[in-house]
Amino acid sequence: MKAEGTRVESPYVDAAQRALAQQLGMWAFIATEVLLFGGLFIAYAVYRVHYPDAFADGSRRLDFWIGTINTAVLLASSLAMAIADIAVRRDRRRLLSGCLAMTWLLGALFLVLKGYEYHQKFVEHLIPGPHFAPAGGPAAPEQLFFVLYFAMTGLHAVHMVIGLGVIAWLFVLSRRGRLGPASPGRVELAGLYWHFVDCVWVFLYPLLYLIR
Amino acid sequence: MNADDIPGSVDTRVLNYLNRDYSLRSWLSTRDHKRIALLYLATITFFFAIAAVAAALMRIELLTPQGDLVVSDIYNRLFTLHGVLMVWFFLIPSIPAVLGNFVLPLMLGARDVAFPRLNLASWYIFVAGALLALYAIVAGGVDTGWTFYTPYSSTYSNGNVMAMAGGVFIAGFSSIATGLNFIVTIHQLRAPGLTWFRLPLFVWSLYATSLILVLATPVLAITLLLIMLERFLGVGVFDPKLGGDPLLFQHLFWFYSHPAVYIMILPGMGVVSELIACFARKRIFGYRVVAIASLAIAILGFLVWGHHMFVSSQSVYAGVVFSLLSFLVSVPSAIKVFNWTATLHRGSIRFDAPFLYALGFLALFTIGGLTGLFLATLAVDVHLHDTYFVIAHFHYIMVGGMVMAYMGGLHYWWPKITGRIYHDWAARVAAVTIFCGFNLTFFPQFILGYLGMPRRFHIYPPEFQALNVISTIGAGILGIGYLLPLIYLGWSLFRGAKAGANPWGATGLEWTTPSPPPEHNFDVTPVVTTEAYNYPEGTE
Amino acid sequence: MPSTPSPFRPVLLVFAGLMAALMLSAAASYGLSGTSGTVVSLFFATVKLALIFAFFMKLREQAGLVRLFAMAGFFWLAIAGVLIAADYATRG
Repeated sequence: MKAEGTRVESPYVDAAQRALAQQLGMWAFIATEVLLFGGLFIAYAVYRVHYPDAFADGSRRLDFWIGTINTAVLLASSLAMAIADIAVRRDRRRLLSGCLAMTWLLGALFLVLKGYEYHQKFVEHLIPGPHFAPAGGPAAPEQLFFVLYFAMTGLHAVHMVIGLGVIAWLFVLSRRGRLGPASPGRVELAGLYWHFVDCVWVFLYPLLYLIR
Repeated sequence: MNADDIPGSVDTRVLNYLNRDYSLRSWLSTRDHKRIALLYLATITFFFAIAAVAAALMRIELLTPQGDLVVSDIYNRLFTLHGVLMVWFFLIPSIPAVLGNFVLPLMLGARDVAFPRLNLASWYIFVAGALLALYAIVAGGVDTGWTFYTPYSSTYSNGNVMAMAGGVFIAGFSSIATGLNFIVTIHQLRAPGLTWFRLPLFVWSLYATSLILVLATPVLAITLLLIMLERFLGVGVFDPKLGGDPLLFQHLFWFYSHPAVYIMILPGMGVVSELIACFARKRIFGYRVVAIASLAIAILGFLVWGHHMFVSSQSVYAGVVFSLLSFLVSVPSAIKVFNWTATLHRGSIRFDAPFLYALGFLALFTIGGLTGLFLATLAVDVHLHDTYFVIAHFHYIMVGGMVMAYMGGLHYWWPKITGRIYHDWAARVAAVTIFCGFNLTFFPQFILGYLGMPRRFHIYPPEFQALNVISTIGAGILGIGYLLPLIYLGWSLFRGAKAGANPWGATGLEWTTPSPPPEHNFDVTPVVTTEAYNYPEGTE
Repeated sequence: MPSTPSPFRPVLLVFAGLMAALMLSAAASYGLSGTSGTVVSLFFATVKLALIFAFFMKLREQAGLVRLFAMAGFFWLAIAGVLIAADYATRG
């Protein structure tokens, strides 16, 4: 933080108070994220109950294997992030950079696979709108499934991109030796965010890919 | 930066948050909660003015039964503009982001809010959203009403729904940032000895408000996002053609927008608690109950949104439940009104301008709340839904409640904010003018609505003209009432007498700092040993 | 603390649990359909969520206030879900 004017006093008494405040802030932010995605989950639930067959049909048009592999990829990237959090507290700097890099790469791999899937859907005319024409005849409510599919995975992907930006920034800081046990806050907070985004996918996976 | 650098000159100014640096850059990059409050103050005053002009145009149009000033399409755009700007760009940030931002850390004995940079960011996000909304207006406006009901908004409207919804969407994140900041601040930055039940009631109400800001706003965000997606793709989840349900939009929208009503009244209740305690020189009667009632309103307020949907095709059984729950939420509000009134009993009352606003609030909020009970009754609502009765009801809450409280709070803390005293009698005249103008504007609308005049039309049957003319005259008086503070408050900045640290003789930590406060608020972190309203006379 | 165990042991075990839940969930989708399939797949998702919240996000070692914050979002989502479901379930 740049010194500005005469005083840059933090509003906090000590580092512990600051750390707890940041924890609370991050968790409050996660609560807002729960409700942001929650709106989509509610819409999903309403339509899934109304149109079970259309949803099952839509789900079968998704790539089960990409969905499953992507879940594993994200869980692994969360593991790397969790190890990074331990590493920063123990001052294991090389491990820290390595784990951050691994987290980033796995997250990027997820997005690549996701992008490939989107491309497939485009080829198969499964993008909702005037050109929506699934093979085997469209049932109108099936478009609802695909609108929700794109809205939910799209919003999730936006969160992933933001997370990748944060992790890239942390990686740069770690390479410059700016992350250490004295201030583990940044890695910890970024980790909370990253794990939460992972949790969203943990629910998207069964709701989108596993309807039979 | 100051005269210390120049040998031989002595700087006699006492440095405070205003005069320590006058540069524009220092304002735009400030992390001082007091300056950020003033940035918000300037911004929302601007939007209040635009929205007020739209209201004036509508009232002028409604002078006559025919449409002679605007055509219906323009009228639709006017009431949408008025609604969107007033709700999201004035009322929601009004007390929390201006008065709350300024006073909260002072009340807590803190140096600043928990996340000063986030606080500044919230203002920039707000401005970004506001600019997008302004663009939507300049580019032709939006005709959906502030509620953006589907499928009209998603499919048929040819207004700039994308930009307007986008503006509100972005501004929502500034709400979330402010709410999150306040929650953590209140949990973490209370001065030593400042326990929860020693907090000023304004802090309790800001906490309750922040809960709603944080937990309701994201649902609005996702709902608006779905509308934008639907307009973008041409199909979407609310589209009946696909088997989608437009009522789902209403559920999600009101899950935010009903609690948002409490975002727009709870902070007002907090301000009024401060005003009544100060000007009656008494501890608020039943302090703990009033404090808990704020939280009760915040939570119960989430359970009642279905009363906006009684005449949609919502299930009747759900309607009954929502109706009962709506009655329930009136209990804590009524408790507050009774407790404020009881506080006045045998108080030593001073009728300064802020207190006049508080009295106005009491009267108008009570009327607004009672008529809300009428509307929460299923059968009565079938008659009154979408009539001017609803318009009158929520203006009694939003304007009669929140704007009165905002004005009261602004007058109360003005000496603290600026270090200057405004002209007392001018302020009292303005307060009375606003009160009279307001009632003249909106009371006739109760009658109009009861007689069946629907909202959102620019023409009406001739038999409604007399009441509409009264309403328009009232709006003119109300407008004058709102202009007066601009004059005497502006005047006070240059010519007003210097205010001492505590011009009202009030209790509360914010009055222990100089006026205006120094940048760091307190030289020494205060230690609190008594509760907030420790007035010598009033305490039993 | 015991003398040797690696500090990474707990998170590695949690990861093993997560992968096991994922595989069970994927395998079950071959056998189960309809309501039972949904219930089972959501059960495994909830297990994963609980593991991530408790260990990766360290909620297990947090103060009560932080846990309360973590639960608030889900509680409020439940409010929305229950009342909206009440409408859809009882429409004539």
